[in-house]
Parts: sequence; structure tokens; C-alpha cells
Amino acid sequence: MDISAFVLFWAAIFTGNILLTYFLGMCSYLSISKEIESAFGLGVAVIFVLIVTSALNWLVYYYILVPFHIVYLQYIVFIIVIAAFVQFLELIIERYTPALYYSLGIFLPLITVNCAILGVGLFMIIRQYNFIQTVAFAAGSGIGWLMAILMLAGIRRKLKEKMVPVGLRGAGISLIITGIMALGFIGFSGIVQIQ
Amino acid sequence: MLIRILEDIALMSGIGVILALILVLAQRWLSNYGEVTININGKRDLTVTGGNSLLSSLSDEQIFIPSACGGRGTCGACKCQVLEGGGPILPTEKPLLTKAEMADNVRLSCQVKVKSDIKIQIPEAIFNIRRFNSVIEEIVDYTYDIKGVTFKLNEGQSIDFKAGQYVQLETKPYEKIKQKVMRAYSISSKPEIRDRIQLIIRLVPEGVCTTWVHTQLKVGDKVDFTGAYGDFYLRDTAADILFVAGGSGSAPIKSMLEHLQEVGTNRKMTYFFGARTTKDLYLDEEMRAFEEFFDDFEYVPVLSHATEAENWQGKTGYLMPYFKDAIRDPKNTEAYLCGSPGMIAAVTKSLINDYGIAEEKIYYDSFG
Repeated sequence: MDISAFVLFWAAIFTGNILLTYFLGMCSYLSISKEIESAFGLGVAVIFVLIVTSALNWLVYYYILVPFHIVYLQYIVFIIVIAAFVQFLELIIERYTPALYYSLGIFLPLITVNCAILGVGLFMIIRQYNFIQTVAFAAGSGIGWLMAILMLAGIRRKLKEKMVPVGLRGAGISLIITGIMALGFIGFSGIVQIQ
Repeated sequence: MLIRILEDIALMSGIGVILALILVLAQRWLSNYGEVTININGKRDLTVTGGNSLLSSLSDEQIFIPSACGGRGTCGACKCQVLEGGGPILPTEKPLLTKAEMADNVRLSCQVKVKSDIKIQIPEAIFNIRRFNSVIEEIVDYTYDIKGVTFKLNEGQSIDFKAGQYVQLETKPYEKIKQKVMRAYSISSKPEIRDRIQLIIRLVPEGVCTTWVHTQLKVGDKVDFTGAYGDFYLRDTAADILFVAGGSGSAPIKSMLEHLQEVGTNRKMTYFFGARTTKDLYLDEEMRAFEEFFDDFEYVPVLSHATEAENWQGKTGYLMPYFKDAIRDPKNTEAYLCGSPGMIAAVTKSLINDYGIAEEKIYYDSFG
């Protein structure tokens, strides 16, 4: 892929938003979007974990999996790396920055099962990104995810005072809103294509 | 081909082992908080290994703060005051704390981690809470859905409680129920008996613990419990007493009466017991015996759904109208209520509004 890392970064935020275009990372997106502060905390944690694990996974893939011909095990290996890293990160944050741990700590375990993280790891392989491109793509995807969950959290806060049909309350209306936001994001897709 | 497979498995395991090793080492270095001190009520200092929750650190030291959910932060029973060293209130605690509690430094002890020296404030009574191992000695059927179960404590253990307090029974997994649960039951035996306790347990449809007690427990089974908890206990005053109970709520009342029998009293006491039909009445003979024993004690069973066929001669309907004859002086009357939340709410309201009994003189234990 001879696409510049800079373009990739912006494209990952707007034209190929990990959540609104690929619908990855939905579970925590739906469940933690009730309050803007929590959504922001989770989003920041996602950005950080996404950048570091994607970089780690890129190294693991090209320096361990490829040379030893066990590329077919990438799913398992990526998940193990992500899980181990999140655990590790939690330990470090808890020890050295208690304040950050209290605001971020409870979201970290949630990230292990966030499909957006694994999704980015798999995209970088399929699309044959180099290391720099991977980091840029991961950063862009993380920021895109944060933006999406913040938008939903903002809308849901307004929605609290509105009459929503009983059957649609909660996840139902959130999915409809997400769909409409995704339609809106199609407007960006003409700028650049990264598939 | 086989070698290829084995090689891959070895590589895979290698990656796993390396990551696990890193984590184990990291945990060693990072989660080692050394020894920290928990200062309780400004008096007692406990030295514990840091890094665990306050609840479990305390229970390792044989101090049992009540907890119904087992430290998952869902029941809110394990509240205690953390004066210093608890860190900020966590998002997991907020839903279970009121504004007043937050201002008062109240925290959920299952969520607070002990990482540095910490100062806490807990009621003195909690020091008496112990964990007991017991064997079931006797199971009596009081009615079709109420059993009296006697637990004999293991050698060397003895329980110290006030008449009216409760214990938390730990169930063992059975049938489809895979988890241990803890449920609270009032002690129905008197505090003077210290090597065994009796609980009165009514079968609640779908109830995890009551079903376990009613269908699984046999004489000779081993059961663990912690206790004694609660601020529902007999106050040592000279005031008249109004006991009101429904269903299995007679347990703490029985304990109080048996205790009064031991220590002697000339207080005026009336016990209203609410039941549906004659089939739900139990401990009648014991109550009649108390009437004989005490100078001024009356037992008044009231049936709400007595049928013609039962030929019930006693009182019927709601309990509240009958309180009139039992209350001599509202200012000098204490009420002890034990029963369903609905009953407690209705009786409390009536005692305050219709009979003028002060709210702080009404003690109750509600089955949540």
C-alpha cells in the first residue's frame, strides 16, 4: 500500500470510521454511552490501547508469525497480546497514576473484548500496512471511535428528556441513531477511499 | 506434518508463556504494596498485606462487615466510613451511595482497595461478628412452609448476640444453583444459649436460600454462617412493648421473649402476630406459656383470611385496629416489628399517625 500515513490517519477518522463504517466495537459503544464523561474516559483508553496493541501486533506478526509460518494463528495470538497488554497496562496505571486509574481503570478490562481493537489488527494485515501506516491508522481509528461514542452520548443525553416509544428505549433507539450517523458519514466517503 | 503441528503448538505455547511470565513478574513488582496499616475507629491497628479490597482484608482479620453480594459491588451492604487513604469514590460505588453518605466519607468496603495506610470507622458491634461452622441438629416443621432449624456450633465456638439480631447463612451450590449465596435470617433462640442457634425459615417460592434450606438440608449437614448483625434488638428500658410480626417474623420476637424470660421483666408486653389462616399459625403453645410466665404479656394472633370452615374464634382482618387496647401511653411504648416490607410500612405509618408513637421508638427488621 503506497498511501501516506497522514492520509490514512484522516481517512480512518472520517471516511472509514471504525464504528460508523465497519460497525466494530459496538458492545461497549452501546453500553457506555449513557454519560459523556464515561464515554470520554473509555474513548481515550481505546485510543491508547489501540495504538500500542496495533504496534505490538504488527511487530509480533512480521517478526514472529511470518518467519515461523504460523500466520493462520494470528487471531489467537492477537487476542492474547491484547489481553496481556491491557492487563499489564492496568497494573502500571494502578500503581503509578492512581488518579488516572480511578477515572480509566474500570474501562480497561472492557477494552480487551472491544472488537475495534482486533479489527484494526486484522485490517493492518489484510491491507498490508507498514509500521508507520499501522500506527497512523490505529490512532485515526481510535479517535474516530471516540468521536462516534461522544456523539452518541451527547445525543442520548438530549434523548433522556424526550418521549421514546417503550420498545425502542435503550439499545433500540441507539442503533437507529447510529445508523443515521453512519448515513451522515457516507458524505465523507468521496474524499478518499482506503479499502 | 506431525512435526509441523507440534512446532506450531510449541510456538503458540511459547508466546503464551512469555506473556504470562511478563504479567506474573509485573504483578510481583507492581502490585506489591508491602505491609499497610488499617486503623479502625482510631483505636485498633491492623497490619495487612496491601492490594486487596478493604472488605476482604478485614475479613482475613476476622472482622466481618455485612455483605450480601460477596464483594461484587451490587448490594451496598458493606458500607463503612473511610476517613483517610481510601482514594476518590469510584464510579462503581456511586449508584449505591447517597449524597449525604458521600459527604460523610461512606464507601463500599468491597470496592475500596487498601494500598496505603488507611483509617476507617466502623460500628463497635461489628467486632463481635464472627464466622461460625455448624452442624444441623434438628429441623422442625412449624407449618406447611415454615421450618425451625437448629444449628449446633462446632466445638470451641460460641456466639455472642443480642436478642433480635440476625446471621447470614451461606448456601452451598445445589442443583441448578452454581453459586454460593448469603442470606440473612433472624436468630430465634435466646442469646443465653451460646453453643447453638435456631432460625425460623419460611419457604419463598423461587428463593435460592430458602429452597436450599427446605429441600436440601438434613440433620447432620454442615453449614457456615457469619454473625451476629443488625441494630434490631431489644432495648433495655422500662417502656411498654408492642411486638408485631408476620410469617417467619416471629423468630426475633421469640428470641426476645425467651431472653426476657431469663432475665425477668415486669414490662407490659403485647404480641400481635399476623397470619392468613389457622394453617399459618405456629409456636402457639410457647406463646401461651409466656402468657402464663410473664406478669403482663398478651399474645394476639390475627388472621386476615380465616375461612368459615376453620371456625376461628380470634381476631380477624388488619392488625392495626387492635393496637388500641395494647397502648397505654404512646410516649412510653416501644414497638418491635418484623415482617414483610409492606406490613412494616403499613404498621409504622399507623403507629405514628394513629397512635402517636415516636418514630425513633419503632424498631423494625424488614425482609428485603
